[in-house]
Amino acid sequence: MNSSHEPRIGTRSGIERSLDNSFYWIAKILAFAIAGVLIWITIQVAIAAMPAIQEFGLNFLFTQSWNPVNSQYGVWPAIYGTLVSSFIALAIAVPIGLGVSIFLSEDYLPPAVQRTIVFLVELLAAVPSVVYGLWGIFVLIPFLKGFTALKGPAMLPAALILSVMILPTIAAIARDAIINVDPGLRQAAVGLGATRWEAIMQIVLPTASSGIIGGIMLALGRALGETMAVTMLIGNSNQVNPSVFAPSNTISSLLANQFAEASGLQVAALMYAALILFFITLVVNVLAQLLVTRLQKI
Amino acid sequence: MTTPSIGKKTADFEVVSLKRNPTSPRTLFGLIMSGIAGLFTLLAIIPLFIILTYLLTRGISSLSASVFTELPPPPMVDGGGFGNAILGTVIMVGIGGLLSVPLGIMAAIYLSEFNEGKPSEWISFATNVLSGVPSIIVGVFAYGAIVLTTKSYSAWAGGFALAILMLPIIVRTTDESLRLVPQDVRQASVGIGANRYQTVLQVVLPAALPAIITGITLAVARAAGETAPLLFTALFTQFWPNWNNLLVEPTASLSVLVYNFAIVPFQNQQELAWAAAFILVLLVLLTSIISRWATAQRTY
Repeated sequence: MNSSHEPRIGTRSGIERSLDNSFYWIAKILAFAIAGVLIWITIQVAIAAMPAIQEFGLNFLFTQSWNPVNSQYGVWPAIYGTLVSSFIALAIAVPIGLGVSIFLSEDYLPPAVQRTIVFLVELLAAVPSVVYGLWGIFVLIPFLKGFTALKGPAMLPAALILSVMILPTIAAIARDAIINVDPGLRQAAVGLGATRWEAIMQIVLPTASSGIIGGIMLALGRALGETMAVTMLIGNSNQVNPSVFAPSNTISSLLANQFAEASGLQVAALMYAALILFFITLVVNVLAQLLVTRLQKI
Repeated sequence: MTTPSIGKKTADFEVVSLKRNPTSPRTLFGLIMSGIAGLFTLLAIIPLFIILTYLLTRGISSLSASVFTELPPPPMVDGGGFGNAILGTVIMVGIGGLLSVPLGIMAAIYLSEFNEGKPSEWISFATNVLSGVPSIIVGVFAYGAIVLTTKSYSAWAGGFALAILMLPIIVRTTDESLRLVPQDVRQASVGIGANRYQTVLQVVLPAALPAIITGITLAVARAAGETAPLLFTALFTQFWPNWNNLLVEPTASLSVLVYNFAIVPFQNQQELAWAAAFILVLLVLLTSIISRWATAQRTY
């Protein structure tokens, strides 16, 4: 006589079950499609670059001339410009970004003011790159001309604008890393008699170092691939010149300038250059992600 | 926690050492470093204010009603606007959104609702790496994948490139907002007999909707400002879209207009570049502030 206690639930209908399963599979397939996009990009660019890869091989990396008339292509000046502009930008943005991240993770300011400044720094990252370029052309370059040897678009203004653009990345990720440091460590340091800055320099920063380095590498990845602002400010001259007041070139500005009008082997050469840039940023980004993920697990 | 007993031993300490010594090198070092950190913070936000001031003064003075309705003028001719570029940006960001929003949300549902360990980790890793791919590379890719195959520059190619740039932003923000929905809500839903798609679509997703929409808004604002992926996918044009071509034709956009008109020596076109830049930054500012406000209004 226990039948009244038995649950009266019918089995799910076949349609409902297949709906449920297909929902799961659609989600799964679309999620894998994201990884697929990454692979698709690699293959697409590599195939388009093939003619140039076969023609020039690795010499492409170290050749100086870029001459569509004679079909002679080499990206050494662009690689040089990419690396130099990124490292100048890092040299400026790393100390400032670290300063910002420390200042905004300590209790110097009331929380409301602190949140506002964090928001303002984040906004710097949201301003479109082309707007930085516009501002650089009409404000920064004329300003720099006033007291330096600068004559027009060159390495210096491009690197300066780059440093402004990557600063928020460094500041935000370094701040996250610093905030995630176990407060017990700091308390122990202060308990042993360390001052605020002794605790920061000897305990907090070393503990947060993997996150900070990850943030710096993410910023480096951004700087290496940044296109519009750099294209508008660097002068686009395909030469290796050690002076920061001389116009230069980067891989991305080479692409932005020449792609629309290119044809034949030039397209393949540009694709080859894109592949090199893609490969460099991929390595930098993967390393950065590994470091930042390690930070989240601690 | 017990308080250490120091009562008797106090005499052994030099009491002076517990006082703050304003001239000791350690204090001075701290003061100087604090000063430097504060100075750097000031230095970091100054560019934002300078750029905003210039955009306000030069952008607003170039704005007028005709800017939104007329076509870009030839050099040295006063008047004109960038109505076609606004329309083009809306079309291409719309295409980008239509492609990336469903894909991104479903992928995020897989990551947070069907978390399967290793595969999920790889996919979030791939998402992060995808967000680090330079936008110019995405443009090159869209050129190879769409422009070369269809043999024409088009709004579709531009929208496709923007979709790839929006995708990681949407996946990440959706994933984060789904994870903020408490586990109890899911258990309650399953407990009254809902299966997986019912739980996700009717319970979890609605709860996270404000945050997801915020993420989409941010992605839209970011895409509207992207220039590099449009340079050789959508190109630029001085004309309105011809609807008979089904968008398979060069299409203007605000960001490419800023670029094209910033590097020419003609006063009237430079003015328009400032006005367009002002609109782009206004869009970014508004969406950032709205998203701040919306994340404060969480359901859970």
